[in-house]
Amino acid sequence: MHQHETFEEGLALDCGTLLRPLDVAYRTYGRLNDSRSNAILLCHALTGDQYVAETHPVTGKAGWWETLVGPGKPIDTDRFFVICANVLGGCMGSTGPASEMTDANGAKQGRPWGTLFPPVTIRDMVRAQAMLVERLGIPKLFAVIGGSMGGMQVLEWAALYPTRVFAAIPIATAAWHSAQNIAFHEIGRQAVNADPDFHGGEYWRHGTIPARGLAVARMTAHITYLSEQALTRKFGRRLRTGPMLTFDKDLFEVESYLQYQGSTFVQRFDANAYLTITRAMDFFDLAAEYGGSHGGTLGEAFRNSPVRFCVISFSSDWLFPTAMSREIVRALNAAAANVSFVEITSDKGHDAFLLDEPDLFRTVSGFLKGAAERWSHG
Amino acid sequence: MADGLVSPRIGRPLSDRLDLRLIAEMVEPRSRVLDIGCGDGALLDILVHERAVDGRGIEIDMGEVAAAVAQGLPVIHADADTDLAFYPDGAFDYVILSRTLQATERPREVLAQMLRIGRRAIVSFPNFGHWRVRLALLATGRMPRTEVLDRAWYDTPNIHFCTLTDFFDLCALDGYVVEQWLGVDDEGKRTPWRRNRRLANLFAEQGLFLLRRG
Repeated sequence: MHQHETFEEGLALDCGTLLRPLDVAYRTYGRLNDSRSNAILLCHALTGDQYVAETHPVTGKAGWWETLVGPGKPIDTDRFFVICANVLGGCMGSTGPASEMTDANGAKQGRPWGTLFPPVTIRDMVRAQAMLVERLGIPKLFAVIGGSMGGMQVLEWAALYPTRVFAAIPIATAAWHSAQNIAFHEIGRQAVNADPDFHGGEYWRHGTIPARGLAVARMTAHITYLSEQALTRKFGRRLRTGPMLTFDKDLFEVESYLQYQGSTFVQRFDANAYLTITRAMDFFDLAAEYGGSHGGTLGEAFRNSPVRFCVISFSSDWLFPTAMSREIVRALNAAAANVSFVEITSDKGHDAFLLDEPDLFRTVSGFLKGAAERWSHG
Repeated sequence: MADGLVSPRIGRPLSDRLDLRLIAEMVEPRSRVLDIGCGDGALLDILVHERAVDGRGIEIDMGEVAAAVAQGLPVIHADADTDLAFYPDGAFDYVILSRTLQATERPREVLAQMLRIGRRAIVSFPNFGHWRVRLALLATGRMPRTEVLDRAWYDTPNIHFCTLTDFFDLCALDGYVVEQWLGVDDEGKRTPWRRNRRLANLFAEQGLFLLRRG
C-alpha cells in the first residue's frame, strides 16, 4: 500500500537481531539530477511519517512539512530531489511491530511482531535509511535535515556516515534524550499499558486498539510540544459552555482540543510502534556510542567531520531547549567542525519547527544556498 | 598591501568597509579563520568569497547571526567571553576580533583564548587616545562621543576602552609578538605614522594589530 523498497538481506540491529527482510517505505519529491548530487534526505519526528509534502493518505491532511518543502520553498523541490523514509519501527509501511513477524531466515511466522519486535535504536533507523539511499543510487547526500527525533537521526547520519553527507541541519533536537524527556515518554507508555484494550501488547489478537491509553499518551506529549504562551494565546481560559462548574463535562476549550489531538492520533498510529519509537529516542545518546558517557566526549562523534552543520533551536522550546543545541554546537566546535547555529525567537514551543516561522525558512534556505556554493566547488 | 583601495558601498559607511579591507589583506588566502563578533558577516563574506578562506564566525546578537546564516555564512550564536574555551588549540590560522575587544567582559582572557585557538590574532579597536577624544574630555568634562564611539556612557556596550599605547603594553605584558600594526584614520585609511607609536596614538582613530604567540 505504501511505496517501499524491500531488502531481502535484512538489517542487523544494534540489539543483535537480524531483521529480515527489511521494508523501507518512502516518498520522493523533485527529480534526481544526472550527477546524483541534489538529493536531500528528510528525517521525520516521533509521530511523523514519509508524507512530507503531499496530502496524507490516511488523515487527508496536508503534509507535515509543506511549509518548508515544495516548489520554490526553502527546500526547493524544483532544485532538489527530496527523500523521506518512514522510520524503522514505524507504522506507515516500514518494518515495525505491526509488520508480519519473520525469523532470521526471513520466513514468515503468520502473526505480527507485536511486543516481540526487537528494540531498535536511532542508529538502526539511520542504517535503514542509508540502505534506501544506496538503493536509490545516491553516493552522497547533499543534505540531511530533520527536527526533534528527526534531528537525532541527522546527528547520527553525520557521525556514522560523514563522507556520505555534505550538509546537516539538526533542528530542535539533542545529542541525548534528557531525564525529563524520558519521564514524559514513560507517562505515555504507562497510559498505553494501563488501557485494558492493550492486552499486554497483544491487542491484535483481540481485535482492539488501546485507543484511550494511546490518546492520553498523545495528549501528554502534545503539551510538551507547545509552550505556555502558545496555549494561552490559543485557548486562554476560554470556556466551552457557560461558567458553571460540572463534575464530568469538559469545561475549557484546551481540554477538548487535547482530546481531539488524542482521538485523531489513535486512528493513524500503532501503539506498539509508539512504544518502540519512544524507547529508541530515550536510548539515544550519541556520545555514549563513541565511547564516552553522555556529554563528556560528544566531540568524538564528530572528530575530523567534513560535514557542514546548521544547528537550529527555538527560544520557547522546553522539550529540546536551546541549551541542548548549544551542547551540540560546543562539541562540534571542539571537533573544529564547520557549524552555524541559530536560536530562533518564537513563542510556539517545540512545535515551532513544523509551523510557519519565517526565520526558520530564511535560515534553512540561506544555509543550503551557502552549502550549495561550496558543494559545486567540490 | 595596496593604498587607496576603492570599495563598493554595501549599505554601510565607507570607513567600515575599508577597515574590513585592511583586515582582509592581513589574512593569507585559503587559511582557516574565526571572526569573533562577526555581526552580519560582512568581513566573513569578503574573506570567504575573495580570499577563499575556510571562515567561521561567532556573534552574540541573534538577529545578526540569523542574517549571516541566511547569507550562507557559517556563523554561530555565542559569547566571546565564555564560548572560545570550547575550541581546540590551534584550530585556526587567524582569529579576528574587529572593533569588539572594548565590548568584552574580560579582554585580556579573550586575547589569550584567541592566541590559544589561533596561530595568529588580528585585533582592531577604537583608539581612546585619539586627539579628538582627549580634547573632548578636556574641553567638555564629559565622556567623549565620536563617530566610532557614538553612544552615551550609560548606554554603550563599550566597557573596556584602551589606547594604542595601552594595547602595546598589554601585548608586552602577556608576551605577544606584534607582527604588524596600523593606525587607521577617520576615513578608514592607513595613517602615515606607522613608525611612530606616539603619533599614531594621537592621530589614529582605530588600531589594527596582527599578533602571534611569543
